[in-house]
Amino acid sequence: MKNILLILSIAVFSACNNDNKTESKEVSASTEQPNAGQANVKDDASMKDIVKVAVGSADHTTLVKALQQAELVDVLANPGPFTVFAPTNAAFDKLPTGTLDGLMKADKKADLQNILQYHVTTSTLKASFFKDGQTIGMVNGDNVTISIKDGKIVLNNSATIIGSVQASNGMVHIIDGVLLPPAKK
Amino acid sequence: MKHFLSKAILISLPIISLIECKPRGTQSAVSGDAAQKAYVAPGKYDEFYDFVSGGFSGQISVYGLPSGRLLRVIPVFSVDPEKGYGYSEETKAMLNTSHGFVPWGDQHHIALSETNGIQDGRWVFGNENNTPRIARVDLKTFRTAEIIEIPNSAGNHSSPFITENSEYVVAGTRFSIPMDNTNGDVPINTYKQNFRGTVSFIHVDTSGKMNIAFQILLPGVNFDLARAGKGKSHGWVFFSCYNSERANTLLEVNASQKDKDFILCVNWKKAEEYLKAGKAKQQAVAYAHNVYDENKHMATSEIEKQVMVLDPKDCPDMVYFMPCPKSPHGCDTDPTGEYIVGSGKLAAVIPVFSFTKIQKAIADKNFDGDYEGIPVLKYDAVLHGEVQKPGLGPLHTEFDANGNAYTSFFVSSEIVKWRLSDLKVLDRVPTYYSVGHLSVPGGPTRKPWGKYVIAYNKITKDRYLPTGPELAQSAQLYDISGDKMKLILDFPTIGEPHYAEAIPADIIMKNSQKIYKIEDNQNPWVAKGDNFARVERKGNEIHCYITSIRSHFTPDNIEGVKMGDVVYFHVTNLEQDWDIPHGFAVKGANNSELLIMPGETQTLKWTPEKSGVYPFYCTDFCSALHQEMQGYIRVSVAGSTVPLTFSTGKTEPALAENK
Repeated sequence: MKNILLILSIAVFSACNNDNKTESKEVSASTEQPNAGQANVKDDASMKDIVKVAVGSADHTTLVKALQQAELVDVLANPGPFTVFAPTNAAFDKLPTGTLDGLMKADKKADLQNILQYHVTTSTLKASFFKDGQTIGMVNGDNVTISIKDGKIVLNNSATIIGSVQASNGMVHIIDGVLLPPAKK
Repeated sequence: MKHFLSKAILISLPIISLIECKPRGTQSAVSGDAAQKAYVAPGKYDEFYDFVSGGFSGQISVYGLPSGRLLRVIPVFSVDPEKGYGYSEETKAMLNTSHGFVPWGDQHHIALSETNGIQDGRWVFGNENNTPRIARVDLKTFRTAEIIEIPNSAGNHSSPFITENSEYVVAGTRFSIPMDNTNGDVPINTYKQNFRGTVSFIHVDTSGKMNIAFQILLPGVNFDLARAGKGKSHGWVFFSCYNSERANTLLEVNASQKDKDFILCVNWKKAEEYLKAGKAKQQAVAYAHNVYDENKHMATSEIEKQVMVLDPKDCPDMVYFMPCPKSPHGCDTDPTGEYIVGSGKLAAVIPVFSFTKIQKAIADKNFDGDYEGIPVLKYDAVLHGEVQKPGLGPLHTEFDANGNAYTSFFVSSEIVKWRLSDLKVLDRVPTYYSVGHLSVPGGPTRKPWGKYVIAYNKITKDRYLPTGPELAQSAQLYDISGDKMKLILDFPTIGEPHYAEAIPADIIMKNSQKIYKIEDNQNPWVAKGDNFARVERKGNEIHCYITSIRSHFTPDNIEGVKMGDVVYFHVTNLEQDWDIPHGFAVKGANNSELLIMPGETQTLKWTPEKSGVYPFYCTDFCSALHQEMQGYIRVSVAGSTVPLTFSTGKTEPALAENK
């Protein structure tokens, strides 16, 4: 199993090398290169930031893809501090069929950003902070309501925190549902 | 949970690789002609001076733009042993405060003096956050000319923003605190009862001299940043504030509870009327006021004892709160003075307020109640509009002359260009990384010079060769002459730059002073020629009046100092030639060197630790015979009978001394 993974990663690395060969041409030719931002900083010594925590989780491959599509990867590698409610792959699977595929389309990027930013707040909130009835202002401008049920922290009555990971730039709370922002007035 | 972590390790390799497949190297965002645009040929001058705050360095650094060349670091709030600032007897008083001598400061914001809302190049003002002070730097000499402490303040962050004729620089307190004339020994959790905020208006006279004209007593919020009105809104200053929750602990969470905080609108012309009408209360305080006399080459410090305080309760129609979403930070007025741009650092929109609408709302008393007795203007009544979803973490906004605004976004690491009239986003560029302040030359004035926007970044991971855990912060220069912003240069900076202000070079360089005239030197310790050089004893003080001129000191042999004496080296640089400073250092001195400009006198105090012979020398390479520019001072034991003598060029061998 490990061998297979290693081979895979080598293949990807070599693909990268090919890309790099063409890079020098593009540098002088274009001013419209994508941003290579903080998520690309090479650093194996520091504690993992939120992006690296998410990328390192087998349960969050959908979230990572969505963050890439929404151009939020570099944002979450920023010093923050952030609290991110991170829906698992299973949580995304609970969405009506086709919802996620729709959101991943280029013309729906703003909607995807809105949803993902509804999962992020600025400040480090540990699980012990949450209290029944609290509202938390999210990055997209809408609020999430906290309730405590049977000792579990539930967001908007629809997603439960099932685990928490401290990252270098904030907290990741793993949730079992996707939070949907309230409809626009 | 265990599942989450164990799988994490296995899967991490390929996914990380995928992410790294994005084009690497941030140089990819630089356009082909960038080098040409930032290139200033050797021997050529830059087009702009850029005055950059030093943050925790306490100093102001000066760069040339577009080259990014460092021209000077001006010592302001921190001692600088390189220049003898804060170490020489003449400069120590500059760092005096009501808390005594404070050798360090935290310098955040810059304000260049203005006439009719246009930069005039006379002075640059800088604030000190920690021990609240404002400094004025004279741009003829690039030296700190004056420092005034601010009473009833803590964390002087909302400062030193300036009115359009340099009538006032302002100072809003970041921390609310018990006022200085009260018993401050109160429980911290009595914040809401006992803690108040103030904003101060420091008058600047035509010679530049500052005095605190008045303070306004306000509810205990945190004042953050400010801008004066201009043109039609001249006579007003707008202060952003956060923590309207008035929390005194864990502000990270507790000061973010409300959907809206405030921008405070101050009608300072009205405040002037109330002051004149005797509505202000005189309050006993203590604050230092330090002035550097350019002819004496010496600072004096006075402790001032009173301040005039206006209470909005006694002064209706003087201050209003304007709601602003989510902990506003930047609070910037556009060149016409019509628009005030608030940047809620946690907000999803940028609200733009209209001065005309503010006036109408005030006239119509269109209030949304009051906050601690101060009327709150209705948000919808004063709003020009909101820039929708411009980016994440808006902080500061500057302007060009074409009706465009440029806002920095910390969280999404970008600058976004948008149009004031219809609030449409026009362009966005990434910064590397996590931009704080930004500035356009002339950007905060009625006359933006435009051409560039400079981002001041907090994070530079992987941008430069690594230098261990601490990395230099950076400035990034973007060409804004076209529709699209183009990154053309980045360069590392001194300390932590917060705000900076750039000004066309010709406004300043024509006034730049070359020498101090020796005949104007009124330092009490001056020796205006070799023939005045001497050494005198006053009790246990030895005063050495030393002159320096290429390439010797007079005197350069001094004897008769005894243990227990305190030695003062008063060194006068007799040169009258631009760029020929002399330095002075003596072995074992536990303070600093002196750097003495042509025509200037500076004094180093030295208390010898043991008897012996101590060399001194010129530390600034002054000439071909710089290395010959040296001397000796002999220190004898206490009670020694060695007479006090001094000489230069005396070559006869001395007789052997019997001890």
